[in-house]
Amino acid sequence: MHPALMTAFVFMLVEEPAAPVTVSPAVLIASLYVFALAAFLGYQLISRVPPLLHTPLMSATNAISGISLIGSLVIAGAHKTHLATILGFIAVFTSTVNVVGGFGITDRMLKMFTKREAKKPAEAK
Amino acid sequence: MDHSATSTFLNGSSYFIELTYLIASILFILGLKAMSHPDTARKGMFLAEAGMLMAVIGTLMNKEIVSYEWIIGGLVLGSIVGALMAIWVPMTAMPERTALSHAFGAAAAALVGIAEYSIQSSMGLIAELPRFKVGALGFEIMLGALTTTGSLIAAGKLKGIVKGTPIQFKGQNAVNMLVFLGMVSCFIYILLNPAAQPVFYTMVGLAVLFGVMLVIPIGSADMPVVMSLLNSYAGLAAAATGFVLGNNVLIIAGTLDGFSGLILSILMCKAMNRSITNVLFGGFGAVVAEAQAGAGGTMREISPEDAAVQLAYAKKVVFVPGYGLATAQAQHAVRELANKLEERGVEVKYGIHPVAGRMPGHMNVLLAEANVPYEELYEMDQINPEMSTTDVCVVIGANDVVNPDARDNPKSAIAGMPIIEVDRAHSVIVLKRGQGRGFSGLENPLFFKNVTTMLYGDAKASLTNLAQAVQNI
Repeated sequence: MHPALMTAFVFMLVEEPAAPVTVSPAVLIASLYVFALAAFLGYQLISRVPPLLHTPLMSATNAISGISLIGSLVIAGAHKTHLATILGFIAVFTSTVNVVGGFGITDRMLKMFTKREAKKPAEAK
Repeated sequence: MDHSATSTFLNGSSYFIELTYLIASILFILGLKAMSHPDTARKGMFLAEAGMLMAVIGTLMNKEIVSYEWIIGGLVLGSIVGALMAIWVPMTAMPERTALSHAFGAAAAALVGIAEYSIQSSMGLIAELPRFKVGALGFEIMLGALTTTGSLIAAGKLKGIVKGTPIQFKGQNAVNMLVFLGMVSCFIYILLNPAAQPVFYTMVGLAVLFGVMLVIPIGSADMPVVMSLLNSYAGLAAAATGFVLGNNVLIIAGTLDGFSGLILSILMCKAMNRSITNVLFGGFGAVVAEAQAGAGGTMREISPEDAAVQLAYAKKVVFVPGYGLATAQAQHAVRELANKLEERGVEVKYGIHPVAGRMPGHMNVLLAEANVPYEELYEMDQINPEMSTTDVCVVIGANDVVNPDARDNPKSAIAGMPIIEVDRAHSVIVLKRGQGRGFSGLENPLFFKNVTTMLYGDAKASLTNLAQAVQNI
């Protein structure tokens, strides 16, 4: 998806004052602030990660974004409709796989990145 | 009254829950910050895990949750599958695993979005949803759905279930454009008439289709970019979920993930000297070398014994691995050979190109698995100045990333792509399965240079033979 298109949509969404019952504009603005600041922070943080760790980085950020689990939990537990509960259940499953598997594999990978000193005992086996 | 009844989420949430989310956000950020060095990275991940645990515990206290059986079922099943993956997936399968996890993450976002929509529809509230939320919902579902199928195709290609070469047909870009426009039109329609369910589900279907269409024309060699992009989409889908649910920790974590993927895709594109558009719509790897004469000559073959002599009496040896190292699972064999050389006092280094392998950092992980200390792993820009003082350079299953044409021949399909300049070393030994061309189908003049000798055969077997031969010297 083209970034320019995305931006166009965002503007379209923001400019039109929403329907009668609405989130207060303050909440919306606050969300956009959080988004913008997180984007900026993300840029700063990720640029400092050395290429050496790019694979663990990808699996770590993936595990972290498994936080969408918390949205799935509420949907699966709220029992609003049958369809929603089933979809919520599947979402809880997939995001838990990501969280548990993602953190697990990240740790397994990071454990392997050892310094020269640590090399000798590893060879001894 | 704040009409948060429109969200299934914020309603009735206590300050405690919000506090756990705030702490989780901070811990995630600290965790990623620790990723800047291999010595601190592991501790950082423990922080992130603690954050995740807190957020989940906080969420379970949400008053909207009326029963726990589905939740516990999902958590238990997911934990079992996740743990099994964490323990059993081999490092060589890391690209497939990662692609699959992008699919899972994106699927979760899409499903939550669809569930949210169906709840609102069934309660008759959908028409009253603020347009901003409908927009976020649409983004969440479109990005989620297309990333799910796109990642599944990518995983299939990496695993070899789906053909790795680009799948193309006439007018493909036009068809893709139509699917994309159809999806966007549905989205705009939904924005104006949120209650139109058929249009909504058509949008979901088109997004699912678009994900497939987007990835099938892309060749395996371009996977590092595709993986990074899908990573980015999966993150942004999670962030959109945060907007829908009015939940900041989701926005923060999703955005961090989204930007991480975006930065990685930019880095990967730079390392190939191509634009993202070119990767997505160029169908690289299908363009088989257009009238590329010139790169002729003879390739000189070398026996393992002669190669071993060269290596054993060298002062400095640099290994340059590529995807062939992963397919041959030769990482331990390299390490064994390097050990033998280091015992003889040879200085050993590894030069790693950013797009070597199928995902960012792929080679580093494989070599780390074989106990190569990370100080010996050098990035392209660090190793290139050392090439002229390198006695022997061993290229293991790499092709395009060491192709001097990228530097010397402006007409080459990969012209301008930064390479590891192995041809500046005193001598080069290329380990290659056969005389065929690489994934891009390009001829590689490196193989015909005077400094170059070829050692044919399976990389793992060749390396083991070399180690044996060095031992015998």
